[in-house]
Amino acid sequence: MPPRAGFSKRAQYTQFTGYIAAGLGALIGALLLGVSLWQPQFLSGLRGGAQDVAAPGTTAVAAARTDSKDLLATIRGYLRAGSQNAALKREVEIARIRLKEADAVRQENARLKALLDIRDGEVRPVAIARLVGSTASSSRRFAYLGAGSADGVQAGMSVVSPRGVVGRILEVGRNSSRVLLLLDSESVLPVRRARDELVAFAEGRGDSLLRVKLINLGINPLAVGDMLVTSGAGGYYRPGTAVAIVTEKTADGALARVVSDPAATDFVAVMPIFESAAARVADTPPEHVLDQGGPG
Amino acid sequence: MDRYAPKARSDAYGRRINREHSPLVALALPWLSIMAGSLVPLFFIATALPLVPPAGFLMLLAWRLVRPGLLPVWAGLPLGLFDDLFSGQPLGSAVVLWSLTMIAIELLDSRIPWRSFLQDWIVATGAALAYLLAAFVVSGAPPTVPGLVALGPQALLSVLLYPAAARLASGLDRLRLTRWLSTS
Repeated sequence: MPPRAGFSKRAQYTQFTGYIAAGLGALIGALLLGVSLWQPQFLSGLRGGAQDVAAPGTTAVAAARTDSKDLLATIRGYLRAGSQNAALKREVEIARIRLKEADAVRQENARLKALLDIRDGEVRPVAIARLVGSTASSSRRFAYLGAGSADGVQAGMSVVSPRGVVGRILEVGRNSSRVLLLLDSESVLPVRRARDELVAFAEGRGDSLLRVKLINLGINPLAVGDMLVTSGAGGYYRPGTAVAIVTEKTADGALARVVSDPAATDFVAVMPIFESAAARVADTPPEHVLDQGGPG
Repeated sequence: MDRYAPKARSDAYGRRINREHSPLVALALPWLSIMAGSLVPLFFIATALPLVPPAGFLMLLAWRLVRPGLLPVWAGLPLGLFDDLFSGQPLGSAVVLWSLTMIAIELLDSRIPWRSFLQDWIVATGAALAYLLAAFVVSGAPPTVPGLVALGPQALLSVLLYPAAARLASGLDRLRLTRWLSTS
């Protein structure tokens, strides 16, 4: 018994019960922690509800933050207007030419697809919303999105910004949802190199980089500056969306920087699951598939 | 008749005659400020690194070290549960870590009876570093070396922000004990 309680029996008992209660608290916490590590979806409804309550505040702050960022960008733009203008004009001219070329390619694509009788309807986003907050102090990388099940958002849907993939919906509340960012160390995304069919996995590393692991080992063909896009394998993401740019080669792949940095992202679109049948198969353990005689 | 010294009947917490503390504010302010601290990291942009210090935990440390005896030893249970709802850690991680922190500081207090700000800061530094490391281990993601390195800036910020948190807690403590109500 620590000496601070002195000789008062009452004070000693109070202190003792305090210790018991605190010990019980730690024990309850350990149990909760064990269960939620074992079943990550445990009590996710509670978290979703809490998020919904906080959403109005975080949305307002997110809006104010974006506006102030725009203001700074405007001021910076004034300072370098002349040289930037000239550079942009050159760039736009090149881009116009490339755009015409892309038109031709698109037309040819459509013709070929018509020949092959492939229908691809336009995919509309389920919802467009702001990234309203994040878990900025935890070592997990989650963001909160200002749209939830009321807008038709479901777990597993992909979240993209105009620049590229941001992440995937993990939990859904009524008016908000939790997004697993690409940078989280639990996130794995099948990618391919933009200019050929080199396939790889991009895993979050827990810091600001992705680790790219090649599927076919051998001579590492990746080079710094290579663009990686989604391959569509797994069925969650639409193929061909920009993911990351290789910044450093490693022995079994590369390190890559995410194209759509969540810190620079404002509005994002929630896309429907690309091929839900494929996603279901990907989620089913192999032995289960074997029991049922293979994926239908 | 003019009064000679208008301040004579008041102290740092306001006039002493005919006024009393609001029991609600006196009781709720520490808890509310720690809960508000838990919400702070939510408002920051989705950074690529865990950069924002765990403000709720820092406020808990500040209240516990600036005003020992105010928060009960078991305060880590409810406050940690609230923090877990927003922090992105698996549910229960703050409950167990905050409870253990409170017990550890309680034991430390009974061994080291002296008090000084520097000593508080050292204790807070140890607690914050241990907390960040433990939270990293139980975050549910496989702990990697780059992830550990990425904790560095956040740990540094947390240690440097403790004095500010302590000032905030003492300022709020003054507010807490201000005599709001008139007893007429």
